[in-house]
Amino acid sequence: MSTWIKLLRDKLPQGRTLVFGIPFFWLLLFFLLPFALVLKISFSAAIIAVPPYQPVFSYVNDTFNIILNFGNYLFLFSDSLYVAAYWGSIKIAFISTLVCLLIGYPMAYAMAKAPLQLQLVLLLLIMLPSWTSFLIRVYAWMGILSNQGLLNQFLLWLGVIKEPLRLMNTNFAVVLGIVYAYLPFMILPLYANLVKLDRTLLEAASDLGSRQINTFWTVTLPLSKGGIIAGSMLVFIPAVGEFVIPELLGGPDTLMIGKVLWEEFFNNRDWPVASALAIIMLALLIIPITLFHRYQAKELEKNG
Amino acid sequence: MARFKVSFSTLMLILGLLFLYIPMAILIFYSFNASRLVTVWAGFSTHWYVELFRDQQLLSAVWMSLRIAFYSATMAVCIGTLAAFVMTRFRRFRGRTVLSSMITAPLVMPEVITGLSLLLLFVHMAQIIGWPADRGMMTIWIAHTTFCSAYVAVVVSTRLREVDLSIEEAAMDLGATPFKTFFLITIPVITPALISGWLLAFTLSLDDLVIASFVSGPGATTLPMVVFSSVRLGVSPKINALATLIILAVSLIAFIAWYLMRRAEEKRRQMIQE
Repeated sequence: MSTWIKLLRDKLPQGRTLVFGIPFFWLLLFFLLPFALVLKISFSAAIIAVPPYQPVFSYVNDTFNIILNFGNYLFLFSDSLYVAAYWGSIKIAFISTLVCLLIGYPMAYAMAKAPLQLQLVLLLLIMLPSWTSFLIRVYAWMGILSNQGLLNQFLLWLGVIKEPLRLMNTNFAVVLGIVYAYLPFMILPLYANLVKLDRTLLEAASDLGSRQINTFWTVTLPLSKGGIIAGSMLVFIPAVGEFVIPELLGGPDTLMIGKVLWEEFFNNRDWPVASALAIIMLALLIIPITLFHRYQAKELEKNG
Repeated sequence: MARFKVSFSTLMLILGLLFLYIPMAILIFYSFNASRLVTVWAGFSTHWYVELFRDQQLLSAVWMSLRIAFYSATMAVCIGTLAAFVMTRFRRFRGRTVLSSMITAPLVMPEVITGLSLLLLFVHMAQIIGWPADRGMMTIWIAHTTFCSAYVAVVVSTRLREVDLSIEEAAMDLGATPFKTFFLITIPVITPALISGWLLAFTLSLDDLVIASFVSGPGATTLPMVVFSSVRLGVSPKINALATLIILAVSLIAFIAWYLMRRAEEKRRQMIQE
């Protein structure tokens, strides 16, 4: 036993490297490197073969050839469909994020103010839906929003409307689906932020004669900026690339880039165009991702 | 004024919770509907549950998904914990920024991008080193492990930051190696976080449709893929029955986890008082 420990002690410097190396190289290989390959394939051309793209680098007759095909990018910018899809995605993701924030902030605020025991129960209630199947939660709205769906039946019964509204397969349904699916991800960072808020600051403000609504705007809201950014990015970034929700709840006029990419890849088998779509999406999202990273890194490195 | 504001946020909380739970309640309610039409009530029936358990394709997809989720969660806990340990315990080192961005980026990365990029990696690997020859369970496992590790790292690092460093330092002062300290002191202290990280990774893996669709081959069909192809065709009471079972299972596990954590918390508080 002691020799075993001694052996380990001798290997200590390597131990440190190993602890760092395993997660580092796993993520490097399976997360970072693949992006370089997407970039490479976005400069390729689609052919009918396995895999269905032309090699970018080749070594023939003692010459190393690099064939870069900018056609995919030119094609994407020349076709208004793709530009519209990017714009549509950003618009829908933005509206959904805003709605999530408007619903989620008061909810997180109320949670942070609740008694401690109740807070734990509420936290569980908020997180529980996000643990059940995402697909199933989106599916739940299909039965509610359809023409003969429950919402229409209910509104007809109330007498608010004379004939069924077209709710399903609209952009409204997509926004509703995104808000429903992503709301917990907005609430959790907001709650984590608001619950740590220094109460004495609020007391100081009120002692100095600030009205409560005023204190909220000038003290609480600015201090919860970190939570707002984290929550908004957790909703906005995945929503831009969302595929399942526009596919199930959206209609033919719902243009979202995640769905377009999926169709290019699976239906048209055009891997290079799908890659170019992904690269442009990443370029659009790089600022939001950096914002999120900065907040998250601060959280990760903070010593409690 | 004060009263109004409190009641406004409380009201929003109640409405928000109703918004989150009513669709699921409706889903459960209609799973006991005798009619094939989901929105027309035709009497109580457990017919769709029987139907569900007769569906061989679905059952084998469930088994496939459970196995992948188990392996992915286990591996993700190993990698995520190491990453969290590095981020919270190692002060300055080269590659820190790279590692921390590789931990946070998967949390928000759109799934279509992750899926496509991993598929291209597997295709290239197959061309260059001949592995993986077939895409299927193995490639889904790698893909799920990668994005689940990020979630585990976040959960575990939150706990690691709260741990009293002086205990670890005391152990090392008394002659324990960092290795021994890690296994005898750190691991037991962060066990609750490891369990919740594992459970989170398990549910994330079980739930993933998009990434698995990209990296899977013809041999491996997971539960979300079966559900998706059925749901695409419209609403079906069988899916409602399946949804009910999933919601039930998740609630049960969540309740048990919550109960155990509460008991552990109470015990700890008692011990501190004594």
